[in-house]
Amino acid sequence: MSDKTETVARLSVFKTYKLYVGGKFPRSESGRVYEVSDQKDKWLANAPLASRKDARDAVVAARKAFGAWSGATAYNRGQILYRVAEMLEGRREQFVREVAEAEGLSKSKAAAQVDAAIDRWVWYAGWTDKIAQVVGGGNPVAGPFFNLSSPEPTGVVAVLAPQESSFLGLVSVIAPVIATGNTAIVIASEKSPLPALSLGEVLATSDLPGGVVNVLSGRTAEIAAPLAAHQDVNAIDLTGADETLATELEVAAADNLKRVLRPQPVDNAGWSADPGTGRMTAFLETKTVWHPTGSLGASGSAY
Amino acid sequence: MPTAPTAHALTDVTSSDSSLRRFLHGLPGVDAVGLEARAASLGTRSIKTTAKAYAIDLAISMVDLTTLEGADTPGKVRALGAKAVHPDPTDRTTPATAAVCVYPDMVPAAKEAVAGSTVKVASVATAFPAGRAALDVKLADVRDAVSAGADEIDMVIDRGAFLAGHYLKVHDEITAVKEACGGSARLKVIFETGELSTYDNIRRASWLGMLAGADFIKTSTGKVAVNATPANTLLMLEAVRDFRAQTGVQVGVKPAGGIRTSKDAIKFLVLVNETVGEDWLDNHWFRFGASSLLNDLLMQRQKLATGRYSGPDYVTVD
Repeated sequence: MSDKTETVARLSVFKTYKLYVGGKFPRSESGRVYEVSDQKDKWLANAPLASRKDARDAVVAARKAFGAWSGATAYNRGQILYRVAEMLEGRREQFVREVAEAEGLSKSKAAAQVDAAIDRWVWYAGWTDKIAQVVGGGNPVAGPFFNLSSPEPTGVVAVLAPQESSFLGLVSVIAPVIATGNTAIVIASEKSPLPALSLGEVLATSDLPGGVVNVLSGRTAEIAAPLAAHQDVNAIDLTGADETLATELEVAAADNLKRVLRPQPVDNAGWSADPGTGRMTAFLETKTVWHPTGSLGASGSAY
Repeated sequence: MPTAPTAHALTDVTSSDSSLRRFLHGLPGVDAVGLEARAASLGTRSIKTTAKAYAIDLAISMVDLTTLEGADTPGKVRALGAKAVHPDPTDRTTPATAAVCVYPDMVPAAKEAVAGSTVKVASVATAFPAGRAALDVKLADVRDAVSAGADEIDMVIDRGAFLAGHYLKVHDEITAVKEACGGSARLKVIFETGELSTYDNIRRASWLGMLAGADFIKTSTGKVAVNATPANTLLMLEAVRDFRAQTGVQVGVKPAGGIRTSKDAIKFLVLVNETVGEDWLDNHWFRFGASSLLNDLLMQRQKLATGRYSGPDYVTVD
């Protein structure tokens, strides 16, 4: 026996990636998983292969969360979203690694993506209590009325995250949906779902109520079909769908008059360009209130 | 329903408090772990496609659509009655529910709302849900509901007397209520299983209720923390099975409270089929006391019909 002390090799601790539904981390109801690999086909992890029943459960969770989330003050939503950005910052290294592996980027390029994503989250956090002033307001009308329009969240939104940009793109589609008070069911990039599943872990520890964001991974077409046809989903963002799938889903979505956001062209620089407010307003509805100003008759103005 | 006479083997059981106690305490003890395991294993059956469609329609036809709130109004009862008759107005192939279940003073309104349909009117009575009132008051409550036209009476037992061991008192009370029902109204006896503490007590209460002439035994009021569970319902199903084997009298079972999803309801139907068999798979012998369950059944029914998931916007808000 040699008296050389050998360092005992640590056993690897593999991470079990799970779905994020209703504030919990379930495995897929179907029990299925699929292999996720990097750009060079090296195995990274197994991700859950969600079924239509997982999608259904996610809708139930999102619907349940909608009342409280849309009813929270815009200021409070902003605080919570900012908290998410803080938590993302704390796990920056992990996301940099996951993005680098998923997209085959160098470490510095991946870091730039993650930084941009966190900055974007902060940017949307700031919009929660400002969007109403930009797209709502008083309307001049020909009559003795105050006429006020205010934007209201649409409801439960199914989001097909972009297939290529696994984190910056993901954040760019989730944040605008929930900033305005909607709740979301997100289908992660089919090929690179790991950053999205890790984002679920961040959201769970950021005061974001369970069910506001639900993350599913698996075959986009398989999960998106029941969501597009679901009568209790109010809108769908087709960003992650190819042309054929987008058409199919739009047809299914027409059944209960869902709001549909068609895939938008992405600029050369990926998702780094200034997003504008378009993604927020796509999932807002305008409520207009007419309120009498009082008598403007014989006695003149009453106010 | 022809009421068979209680078989001679059990006639002297109820002759005195001590013989009744001897009989009830002589019932075999319940294996709690085995009971729960059996109920859980029957809950794992996968019921799909046509079997599911059949089960959903059967479950809808077994619902006692219930509203037992202090805030009930005649208008709400009318709306409930309309829903019981045509649960899904967009699809007239949907079966009607078994009954509407209301407080006694709402019976006339309910009767009017379901007139001309197969839907029955059930009324809770006997100082529901606590049952803490003098016998005269309870009987007046029952007569009131029956004279207003209730087809079924849901009474609560005196849990205080039962837990104190005054079994004959509970027995005589049930008999008196049964008499007050006259020949016309069927009597459901609610044990409030959540307050009986042990499975042994649930078994005793079941036998006590059946000996006293209950047409139905019912788990609970829906007003306490623990209501119908698969285990206590399984236990009661076993009791009615054994009772029929001994006396030839068939008694119905009604789990109530806490059954909210189609999946739960189908689990209960599996319990019925596996424990007492097809004889009970009919709304004359098995009921669900529920309010929100019906909406879930309707949404599942719409899903099966259209292939897409439905939502709460497509059923009524009760």
